[in-house]
This record gives sequence, structure tokens and C-alpha cells, in this order.
Amino acid sequence: MTDFRIPKPKFFTTTKKGHLTLLASLQSISTRENYELKSDLNSEYRDRRKDAIKKVIANMTVGKDVSGLFPDVLKNMQTEDLEQKKLVYLYLMNYAKTQPELVILAVNTFVKDTDDGNPLIRALAIRTMGCIRVEKIIDYLCEPLRKCLKDENPYVRKTAAICVAKLYDLNPALATDNGFVATLQDMVSDSNPMVVANAITALAEINEASETKDIFVINITTLNKLLVALNECTEWGRIAILTALAEYRPVDEKEAEHIIERVVPQFQHVNGSVVLAGIKVVILYMRVIKTEELIRQLVKKMAPPLVTLLSSVPEVQYVALRNINLILQKRPDILQHEIRVFFCKYNDPLYVKLEKLEIMIKLANDKNVDQLLSELKEYASEVDVDFVRKSVRAIGQCAIKIEESSERCINVLLDLINSSNTMSDMANSKVNYVVQEAIVVIKDIFRKYPRKYEGIIPTLCKNLDALDEPEAKASLIWIIGEYAEKIDNANELLESFLETFREENVQVQLQLITATVKVFLKKPQKSRDIVQQVLQIATTDCDNPDIRDRAYVYWRLLSTDPQAAKAVVLSEKPAISVENQSISGPLLDELINHISTLASVYHKPPESFLGRGTFGADAVQRRAIEEQEEESRESPIQEQVKNENLLDLDFSDTSATPTSANPPSAVSPFSESTSTNIDDLLGLFGNDTKFGTTANSSTTPAGSSATTQSNALNDLVSLI
Amino acid sequence: MISAFFIYNQKGEVLISRLYRHDLKRSVADIFRIQVISNTDVRSPIITLGSTSFFHVRHENLFVVAVTKCNANAALVFEFCYRLVNIGKSYFGKFDEESVKNNFVLIYELLDEVLDFGYPQNSEAETLKMYITTEGVKTERALAEASSQITAQTTSATSWRRTGIKYRKNEAFIDVIESVNLLMSTKGTVLRSDVAGQIMMRAYLSGTPECKFGLNDKLLLEKDGIQKLTTTLRKPNAVEIDDCQFHQCVKLGKFGSDRIISFIPPDGEFELMRYRTTENVNLPFRVHPVVNEVGKSRVEYRITVKAQFSPKLYANNVIVRIPTPLNTANINLRVATGKAKYVPDENLVIWKIPRFQGQGEFTLQGEAELSSMTVKKAWSRPPISMEFQVLMFTSSGLLVRFLKVFEKSNYQSVKWLERDHY
Repeated sequence: MTDFRIPKPKFFTTTKKGHLTLLASLQSISTRENYELKSDLNSEYRDRRKDAIKKVIANMTVGKDVSGLFPDVLKNMQTEDLEQKKLVYLYLMNYAKTQPELVILAVNTFVKDTDDGNPLIRALAIRTMGCIRVEKIIDYLCEPLRKCLKDENPYVRKTAAICVAKLYDLNPALATDNGFVATLQDMVSDSNPMVVANAITALAEINEASETKDIFVINITTLNKLLVALNECTEWGRIAILTALAEYRPVDEKEAEHIIERVVPQFQHVNGSVVLAGIKVVILYMRVIKTEELIRQLVKKMAPPLVTLLSSVPEVQYVALRNINLILQKRPDILQHEIRVFFCKYNDPLYVKLEKLEIMIKLANDKNVDQLLSELKEYASEVDVDFVRKSVRAIGQCAIKIEESSERCINVLLDLINSSNTMSDMANSKVNYVVQEAIVVIKDIFRKYPRKYEGIIPTLCKNLDALDEPEAKASLIWIIGEYAEKIDNANELLESFLETFREENVQVQLQLITATVKVFLKKPQKSRDIVQQVLQIATTDCDNPDIRDRAYVYWRLLSTDPQAAKAVVLSEKPAISVENQSISGPLLDELINHISTLASVYHKPPESFLGRGTFGADAVQRRAIEEQEEESRESPIQEQVKNENLLDLDFSDTSATPTSANPPSAVSPFSESTSTNIDDLLGLFGNDTKFGTTANSSTTPAGSSATTQSNALNDLVSLI
Repeated sequence: MISAFFIYNQKGEVLISRLYRHDLKRSVADIFRIQVISNTDVRSPIITLGSTSFFHVRHENLFVVAVTKCNANAALVFEFCYRLVNIGKSYFGKFDEESVKNNFVLIYELLDEVLDFGYPQNSEAETLKMYITTEGVKTERALAEASSQITAQTTSATSWRRTGIKYRKNEAFIDVIESVNLLMSTKGTVLRSDVAGQIMMRAYLSGTPECKFGLNDKLLLEKDGIQKLTTTLRKPNAVEIDDCQFHQCVKLGKFGSDRIISFIPPDGEFELMRYRTTENVNLPFRVHPVVNEVGKSRVEYRITVKAQFSPKLYANNVIVRIPTPLNTANINLRVATGKAKYVPDENLVIWKIPRFQGQGEFTLQGEAELSSMTVKKAWSRPPISMEFQVLMFTSSGLLVRFLKVFEKSNYQSVKWLERDHY
């Protein structure tokens, strides 16, 4: 027999070359190859058959259609060779749907395998049968499943438990009518911890999918079973149990305390996701606890494991940081003294660094602000543009958050501006994005502390020519308009923009109009000409209705009642603060329920990105409003511009710039507009949840608030 | 939970694709390739497109990707991806494109075993190796006999340890590995330092031994102190551990209640514990670097390393890694002790000193010549790193107080404490 044997390593093992050949040939599976595979699958030699199966699987992996070989592969199912059996099963799971009539041929082997003496084979058979989603198979699944659920071997039982979830997914009525779900409920009391964990996993999934949501309810007996199993099962089992516990609402403080006591040791687990699952339980149970002292203790206990999560692998760190962000909003005192651990390490990936910055701002107080500022100043000299910008922005947020530090922050910003200027002279590199960003945040500081730092205006104005980003330009122009009475040559500075007015970005144009009007109201003599000019250009030469309308409004206001114009344009603006960047209360509570999940990473309720389920009209409205609030909180600057516009009796905004309409991608890696487009793309690949088109909403020249709202509404509406 | 699992190579070719649920199609793999692998500007390890979320982890030249359609537990998914990588490493030594290609059948078997319907199952490499083998050596009958035992093992409370392990000589080794993270100001004062430590154990013990392990952890000692009345005064060398984490073999409940580290170890090498501390860090070395960028074409180095520990001790295998600018053309190095070499691939100068006595001081001097570049990109000046071993010294001051092994048969065991320090 050995004569005809294909040398083992030919395609699948050891030789790299062999596999490459395979991959190359895969791109065009020819009829000849198909024929060869077919004959090999039917070969009288076992090894040749097995190698052929391997080739088929390799083809399947790279996405080649090998469903035509179904009957030939199926013939190899009945074998003593466990590895071969697994390969055939793998093939079956993939192609069963394409050949439903032929699958029936496999049933016998399956049923026979579930009676095998070897528990591994019993489990394998029941596991695979559950994955074959063909109606005909299901009828044959019930009896073996019933048997396996009662199997003496825990390995078979734990596999059967998951199989119930598979069956329920396919045919809920069948799973319930046959009493499988009830059996699962009994299995929560199984003697083996792994069986318990899988039973809980299956029940949780079934519960989620069920209409009544009453399949899995924890009572006193099951609660104790869970707590016992918690310390004995695998890490994944622990997560299942902890997640189930998080769903449970303790009846009183005493019970909550008792459960927490059993959960807290899990904080020491090496697996970060177990730790987070434990944190979730504790933080949710704290809602029941009224004793201040106890809450204080628990908060103290949670801090070290949260910090330790920062030494996990970067991806887990990222998830942890996003969650810490939420937890901090709920319990601001939790990591009070730990700001240092959030300082960025040199080799942190960018997404971790950006999240750490967010946390640093949240933890900043008058005691640590000096340390933080020197840290932020370091970051501002790093290489990555996004990170540098965000660091500069963070300095501004410090100033706004902590009044005592505002002067130091301003000094740091000035230092950065000056050093960037000298640097860029020397190396001729483009560090001036530091300057631009600094000017944007200084504008915010001016908003917060009006007339406090007028002294630095000349330094800022020196940089006027170097600015080329719309937001920075707009910010400086706003400052010029706001402080026109202090700047002798304000009108000249603005005049220099007039020639290029038509080429400027909308954001800049809007600010220019407003600033010129402010200058005119403050110094009517000097700037009569330019205000005329600006309004003229804006009303006649601009196609953008926002700009035209704003210019008209000013024009009329100025021509009818200059006093009224003064009252409107030069009125006091409401104060801004960093606090209102946080998430609204109800949404925060909902997100806390979802700790460690995707929702907590995105800071969005799961419905918003899953595209499942339906909402009532109220819910749609509420979500849309919340969403809009979220969007605006993402960027205090945008908020501020909007506020000002409101005061200027103008509802137009800067929505034309794509950056302001969406939250910065680094903050939320998931943005509405792109995702819907992509979903359409997914739809092409056979995805059934297809969103409605939101294309028209982006063309509406409404203000950003309206755009985001309609966007959100549109998304939500299309879900229904 | 996890709907599909993919492994790609760097070019975006699918090496492994396994679907666990029927809510998506195999072709979803193409979307990840387009959106992430072909995209140079990926800023998050999680991408959600529509209602499909892709979680990816990079390892060697591979993308390990889990796909979900629900509000999945993100931390769990990532931990699982890394676990899979570790299983791969444990099986094949290295988990890269070549080993995945060469062992794809085995990987499919593993994937079938570690995830069921997208829920993680047993993922202990040691137990998996009992019934999923590289060579398929086990004859069918032997497997059938062993399988009851295997399955009992897989689902037992100590799934990480096989039964019936026998050694002629029972030995256990403990290594303490600490990494000190240090930030110094330009004037040489320490701005912050923290220690992240690992306690590695190599256990070659027969049967099912129960081990107890003690450290000079402050909390633990205080607890002891209270029990032995207040006769023991303050122990001067107790260490305050900020937080620690244990291998899953450690009974967490027991640690929570009595601060006793008690466990049945897996066979072979494993990480018993991880800890971190920030208080009273002893710095074994002090590095005083002077790096001057002279104009655009030259960088001058003068790096002095001084050992802070007692002259009775020695550090072995000291390696200092000094980063150089990306456009370094040539570098001249002068050292009095050890060997220094420029490694262009890694943009590093590696300075090796085989033996370094306590209180000793060595200096490296050098000038790097830079080639001119068309696009001037600022050099980010990465930190200098050091690696070394010092016997009987830890930065945190952590000491292993005892390791006790209990086994039914009461055999003698040899215990070794080693003390490494990086």
C-alpha cells in the first residue's frame, strides 16, 4: 500500500513551497483538479483519501466553492480516524445548506456516533449536528440530544448544553416543546462547574432571543449554585457566571454585600475580561447599597484591579480605558490618586494614548495639574500629529476645568507656540500645527475667562499668516473680533483676509463676517469700508446660503437699528465648561449595564450599532436627541460656535466642513455616515440588515444640529 | 458571541476561516481585508461596519480576527484572541504565517474545540495537547481508553493539570522577573518609577501536588503579625504590593479571605503571579545619557551606567539598548568594557556587558553620522532600555519567603529559588 501513498508533507505539512503552490492553484480550481480530488476522495487508500479531504478544506478556507464534491466527501465520514472525521464534519457544517437532500445520508453516522463508547466522539457528533442548519437534520437531532444532555460524562453534557442554544436559534418551539430548555434550567445545578457555566451561557442566549425574557431567572437556589461554581470553573465560565450575576438584582443590601464578597476575589484573576466582568457586578450592585462606608470600601477595592488592567495587552487596555472613562463619570472619586498610571508610555499604541489623554483630563485637579501639564507638554513634542493635537487640546481643557491652573496652561501654550516657531524656522518642518491647535484652545480659554489674558493677543496675532487650517483661522478671527477694542490694527488684520474671502473655508468666512461686524460696532470710523465690502461680497458673490443669509441678517440689523445690533452681537456669552462633555445620566446608566461590551467601548447603546430590534416612536425621539447631545459634546468647540451663532441670531453653522459634522474618528471609531454606507456594502455580501439610505440628509444645507439629528433619525427610522 | 474567526497573513490572504454562527457569510472576510489590512490608517483594534464588528490582534505577520454581530464582550474577545495565539505558540513554538499554513488542519481542530457556537470552551494548551496532537500518534484504541480520562480532565476544576504525572526527581523553580519603568528628568532626578513583576514557576512535580507560596507582602505580614499577637514589630523589609493577579490555578477565594497563595500547579513552566508596586523602588542601575544632536548630520552620545547595588553582588548579561535616529549612516563607538554594536535593522546600538560589579561605572561614547533625508521627520527619541539579571536582588524588594509542596505520597521535593531581574 505504501507504494501509492502520497508523501505526507506534499501539500499540507512542513514544506512551505508545497502550500504556496496550493494557494496559487486555488485561485483557479480547474475541472481537472476537481476530477483529481474526486478520484482521490474515492481512492482505495486511506491516506490518499485523507489528503484529498485536507485539500478540499484548504480550498474552502480561501473561499473556493468545493460544494460539488459533497457526496464524495460524505463517503469518508464513517471512519475510525478522529482527525479525518473532524475534517469531514467541518466540510459538512459549511456546505450542508447547499445540499440539504444529501445531508440526510450523514444522519445515520451522526446518530451512531452519539452512541459511541468514546465521549469525545459523542460530543463531537452532537456539537456538529447542532451546527448543521437543515430542517431534516433537526428531526433526528432531538433524540440524541436528549440522551447527551443526560450523559454520564460531563464533557458530553457541557457540549449538549450549548447544542440546546443552537437548536433554539433554529427552532425555538422545538427546543421548548421537547423540554430541552427546562433540562438546561436543571443543569444549572449540575455537579460539574463547566456544565454549569455552559448551561448558563446557553440560557442567557436563549433568554435574550426569547420573546418573554423569562427563561433564565436567578433565584436563591440557583444563585448559590452559581457562587459555588464561580470559583471552580474556567476563566470563560467565570465570565458567563459573572455576566449572569450582573443581570440579577439583589433583594436587599445584605444580599448584595454577600454576593460582592464572593465576586471580589475575581479581581485578582489574570484574565482581564474576568476582572472587568467582576467590576461590572460590583458596580451594578452598588446601586442597591445605601451604606456610605461600604460604598467607599468597594470603590477603594475596585481601583487597583482597574489600574492593573493597564498592564494587559494593548487591545484589552483600550477596552479597559473606555470603560474606566464610563466608571469615572459614575464614580469620579475612584482613581483620584492614580493619574500617574495613565501617563502615556513611549510604546503605547496611538489608540491607547488618545484614550489615556481623555482619562487624564477627567482626573485632573488642582493638586496634580502641575505634573499633568509637564507631561502634556512632553506629548506636544512627540511625532504623531493626532496625538500632539489632542495633547495641546488637553492643556486647554485643563485651563477650563481648573481655574487656578489657567495661567500656567496659557504659559505652556505660549511656550509651545514660541518653540514651535523657532523649530519650524530651523528645521523647516511643519510643526506649526501645534501653533494652530494652540490658538484653537486659547480661544476656548478666552471664552471661559473673558478679558483675563488679553496680554497675549499680540503674540497670537503674529502667527496670523502662518495659519492655514480653517479652524485655527476662524478661532483667531473670532479673537480679533471679540477683542477689537484692544487691538489697534484689528481692521487692518481683517482687511488682509478680504482679498481671499472667496477662497476661504465656510467656517472662516462666517467668522470673518461676524468679526468685521463686531469691529465695526466697536470702532465704526475705522472699519466702515471693510464691513461694507465684506457684506457686499458675502451677499453677492457667495453661493453658500448660510453665508449669504448671515450677511443679510447683519446688514438689515445694522441698517435698521445699530443699537439693537450692538445688543445682539456684543452680548455676554454663556460660560463653557469641560463637564458638559460627559454622557447624560440615563445613557450613562445604560452603558454601565454594558460594561466590557462593545457598547461600553463606543459609548453608545447597543441598538445604535447593531441595527436589530425595534423602537417605539418615543424611543426614537429620545435617542435622536441624546445622540445629538452626544455629537455636540464630542467637541466643545463646535458647541461653542453653535452657541455663539445662536446669539448672533443665526442658526447656520459649519456643517459644511466634514470634521465638525462627525465626531473625530479617534474619539469614536465608529461614525454614523460611513457605517451606513458600508452596511450597504455588507448588504451586497448577503447581509440581511440593510439600512435605509441616508444620502439625502448629507446634502441638506441645514445646521449641524439639524444634520446630525436627521442623520440619527434617519438611521433609526430605517431600522423599523 | 463570536460569529466567525479568521487568520490572515500580511497580504490579506485568508489562512484560516471558521464560521461559528450563521448570521454572516464567509465572504465577510473580504470586508475586513478591504477595511483594515489594505487601509494604512487604522486607528482602533475594533471596527464596526453596519452591525458587524471586527476585533483584530496582530501577531508576528498575522492578523487574528474575531467577528461578531452582537454587543459582544470586547475584553473577552481580545483575551480570547491572545489565548489562541498562545495556544499556537505552545503547539508550534512560533505562531506565524508559516506555522499556520503548515498546521492548518490542526488549527481547525483546535478552533473546533476551543470555541463552540462562538463561546470559548477549554483553552488550556496542556490539556488540549492530550487529545489534539500534532502527529496524530495516538492509536485509536489508546485514545478511546484515555478519552474518558481526558474528558474528565477537561471539565474538571483543575483543567490545567493532567493526572498521573510522574517525575523521578521532583523539582520546582521560581523566577522573579521584574521590569522597572523609569522616567528621569534632564537633571537626573527620578520623576517616576514603577515595577511590574512576574513570578514564573517551573514545576516538575509528580501527582497532584498542592503548593503554598509566601511572599514578604506587607498586607500578608501584617495579617500574620496580628495572629501572632503583636510581638513581631514592624518588619522592615515588607513590600507593599499595589495589586496582583494570579494564574487561574491559584485559589482566589482563599487568597481573598486569608491572603494565602495556594494552588495545584500546571506541569512545566507557567506564570504564577503578576504584581506591581510603586513604593520604594530600588533602582539597580542609573543611566546618565547625554545625547546631542549637532546640526542635521551628527548625533553625539555619552552614556554612563552606574550600578547602585552593593559591590558584593554582580549583574550578569547586562544589555543596554540605545536608540539611534532612523537615518543613521554610520556610527563610531568607544567602550571601555563590554562590546557595543550598531544594529541598523532595529535602529539601535546594543551594548553588552557580561559581568557588572555593584557600584561599578562604565561609559559609552559615540558619534553617529546621519545621512541627509529628503523628508525631514522629527526623531522621536525613544527611551534607552536595559536588560540584566542580578541574583538575590529585586527592585521592589520582594522576597519569596517559602514554597511548600504537599502531596499525598509525601515525596521529597527539591525547590530552587532563582532571582532574575530585568
